[in-house]
Amino acid sequence: MSTEAKYVAAAYLVVFLVVLVYVAIMATKLVRLERELAELAELARRRQEEEPKQEAVAVG
Amino acid sequence: MLSRLHSQPLPTVAVLAAVLVPASVAMIFFYAPVDQDGLNQKIFYFHVPIALTAYICFGWGGWKALLVLWKRNERADLESYVAIHQGVIFGALTLVTGSIWARFRWGHWWEWSEDQLVLFLVLFLFYAAYFMLRFSVEPGPRRTNLSAVYALCGVALIPVSVLAIRLSQRFIHPVAFDKGGPNMAASQFVTFLVSWAALLSLAATLYHVELAGKRLDVRLRELREVLS
Repeated sequence: MSTEAKYVAAAYLVVFLVVLVYVAIMATKLVRLERELAELAELARRRQEEEPKQEAVAVG
Repeated sequence: MLSRLHSQPLPTVAVLAAVLVPASVAMIFFYAPVDQDGLNQKIFYFHVPIALTAYICFGWGGWKALLVLWKRNERADLESYVAIHQGVIFGALTLVTGSIWARFRWGHWWEWSEDQLVLFLVLFLFYAAYFMLRFSVEPGPRRTNLSAVYALCGVALIPVSVLAIRLSQRFIHPVAFDKGGPNMAASQFVTFLVSWAALLSLAATLYHVELAGKRLDVRLRELREVLS
């Protein structure tokens, strides 16, 4: 590979790597958000279980 | 197509990017001819579209900042932030790919006497400092307003940076476009346009992915406050 070709390859590789790193960071964030959402769903479910059940009252 | 792009932008721009990015790489290496600049000229097809995309991202960030100040649009604050984030990433890529091109062509990585390079660096550093300002202020209306004013001020630097080649006295940096139009063959110009469309669709995809993530983060924080 000529020196010129190496510089061209380096330029394209840099662009590819930056996009790849960006996507990897986004994927990590998505995993964190998924975990937080699961925690909140669990918290909401526990809250619902702890609340005393209201009895149905006939109206009228 | 346009209504779908408006209602569901992410899948549309992602498909466009998936088609256009490989197509542009194929056109660069198998369709566009090698000119007198040699193989090194192939960097131009990504370097210039990346730079133009960075300008558009900064401009989009400025437009959203204007909506924050003018229409008091709260959602636009996050959109402005994400657009500027994209602009800084594409700006960094412009500087790196330009430096790699310069290292082979000029024999050094940077030329301080070249106005276009220095003005682009100033624009990049200005928007890089946006994050320092934004994260040094507590979240709230003050941060929203300060960020919007700062983002809007940077927009003034965009035309200066774009027109710097006209102000430049040395013209070391190649001139791809002048008053007479593009200084290249038709096949090279078509390849350049496809590359630019590819980079724009890629930037739009990343913008919408990041924005969706940020909005989800905000919603989750609100939900946590309600539940705790």
